[in-house]
Amino acid sequence: MIKRSIFRSKTLPYFLILPQILVTATFFYWPAVQGLAQSLMRSDPFGHRNTFVWLDNFIALFTDPLYLKSIGITLIFSLSTAFVAISFGLFIATMANRALKAKPLIRTMLIWPYAVAPAVSGMLWLFLLHPSYGVIAIALKNWFGVDWNPVLRGSDAMIMVIIASAWREVSYNFIFFLAGMQAIPKSLIEAAAIDGASPFKRFWKITFPLLSPTLFFVMVMNIIYTFFDTFGVIHTVTQGGPGGATNILIYKVYQDGFIGLNLGSSAAQSIVLMTLIISITVVQFKYVERKVQYAG
Amino acid sequence: MVEKTPILDTLTYLFLMLGIVVVGFPIIYTIIAATLPIEEVSKVPMPLIPGDQFWVNIQEAWSRGDLGTQLFNSFIMAAGITFGKIVVSMIGAFSIVYFDYRFRTVAFVAVFCTLMLPVEVRILPTYEMAANLFGPLQPVWDALHLNSLVSWIAGHEIEVALEWCLLDSYTGLILPLVASATCTFLFRQFFLTVPEELCEAAKMDGASAMTFFRKILLPLSKTNIAALVVIEFVYGWNQYLWPLLITTNPKMTTAIIGLQHLIPSPEDVPEWNIALAGALIVMLPPILVVLFMQRWFVKGLVDPEK
Repeated sequence: MIKRSIFRSKTLPYFLILPQILVTATFFYWPAVQGLAQSLMRSDPFGHRNTFVWLDNFIALFTDPLYLKSIGITLIFSLSTAFVAISFGLFIATMANRALKAKPLIRTMLIWPYAVAPAVSGMLWLFLLHPSYGVIAIALKNWFGVDWNPVLRGSDAMIMVIIASAWREVSYNFIFFLAGMQAIPKSLIEAAAIDGASPFKRFWKITFPLLSPTLFFVMVMNIIYTFFDTFGVIHTVTQGGPGGATNILIYKVYQDGFIGLNLGSSAAQSIVLMTLIISITVVQFKYVERKVQYAG
Repeated sequence: MVEKTPILDTLTYLFLMLGIVVVGFPIIYTIIAATLPIEEVSKVPMPLIPGDQFWVNIQEAWSRGDLGTQLFNSFIMAAGITFGKIVVSMIGAFSIVYFDYRFRTVAFVAVFCTLMLPVEVRILPTYEMAANLFGPLQPVWDALHLNSLVSWIAGHEIEVALEWCLLDSYTGLILPLVASATCTFLFRQFFLTVPEELCEAAKMDGASAMTFFRKILLPLSKTNIAALVVIEFVYGWNQYLWPLLITTNPKMTTAIIGLQHLIPSPEDVPEWNIALAGALIVMLPPILVVLFMQRWFVKGLVDPEK
């Protein structure tokens, strides 16, 4: 799309777009090409010689039980975090939308965790859930008799990183759901109320369906967040442990590439992640484009 | 709302209070922990009454974590990313929307393809790129035999290696994260809604493209810029993986990374009061930005979706 009324110049538009193209080419396209090339090669330990090995890195990757385990862990982590963050965010937003008084205050009190870095969020929850000092861990032990130990038990560690990651994302989802609900015409709700629909029925029959584009968008953003931005949480809280129980894909790329210096495998893992995120984006755009008209 | 539902309304406020407390609990607890001396913090369970050691802990965290330097680095990085992203994408979008040239569509598609591709998925090659920005030019240099040309000019044998290392530098922290399709896309969407008449009138008055941009487009974009400032500042401040990779010098790293050194390891004295005091300092700037610029922040976050 372009304006009808435009400026004419031979060189100016190129100058204006140049910085963007330069940065994109240098830090996006070139590394992507390099990564793709690297993923098809095997370098010797000293990095002097590269041998072209076709898809060997990928075959090795998908036959590696550790990688397959990491995929499973990422799925569990990602879906649980998204589920917790979305359901909690939706619930709070519904309540905030019903509130008549103090709306700005309520919103203020609920959006600030968005500004907390994932790594810092991980740190706070590490303290709260620490098996020897954490107040929640101690409460669990004393009141419910739960033997909580994320340092040794994988499932506990997983719950800990899920909570630490979801906490911050709740406020992000809250903002979107609240805005989505406020965009729904009041007349629809009122008409349903006059017809005798209860508040619960109105929520499930009107608000929720009309919110579905927002819900879908938020879902995609949450998945992307849990796949990539949660690196800080994992690095701070568990470092992938215990025994690889929280070693999600992005952390594995970092570990294999930077700590283990297995360049071919790390590049192949990056390519897998890139493919994944590109397909998510494509699906999102297709779906959102269809949904826009529906949302009016 | 529409009818009177006293029970449901009470429940609503009750749940809201509960939600606020659950969401706010980590921070309340952190603030309490940051005011206590070490003996109190490591007591099981930790007392819930604030102590009087707040300033002591803050000062200790400040000096031990070298937070002064690192907060400054964080600020430079966040401000640099914010400013760079907005400038680069705004003039880029201006070029795409207000000019017609041969490679317009190509440029737009090339930029658009990078949408949503975070730096995390291509860390290793991007790192290599940052380690030597001129790396890709070396083969070109060699292929053109420019070495012999330089040697011929200089009159003796010279080996030229192109090198520009971005590791441990502000440029390295900022530049790779400036590539953002989201902002360009946003400005493009916004420019498309600007009435045609404005541009026609400006042209009729003899304004050049850049005058139009400065005098008309820039003031019109004020709200969008404010929204992006908030979002990108928080994004820049909270970066983790990239600064972790490219900074090895503690003087060049950001506060979020530096903070990790304050977390007590199992063998250390569990000085959580100091670690959490440090955490409070580090998370304060982005929280303040979000709270004080809440209106623009919410607008900027939610609007692009439509």
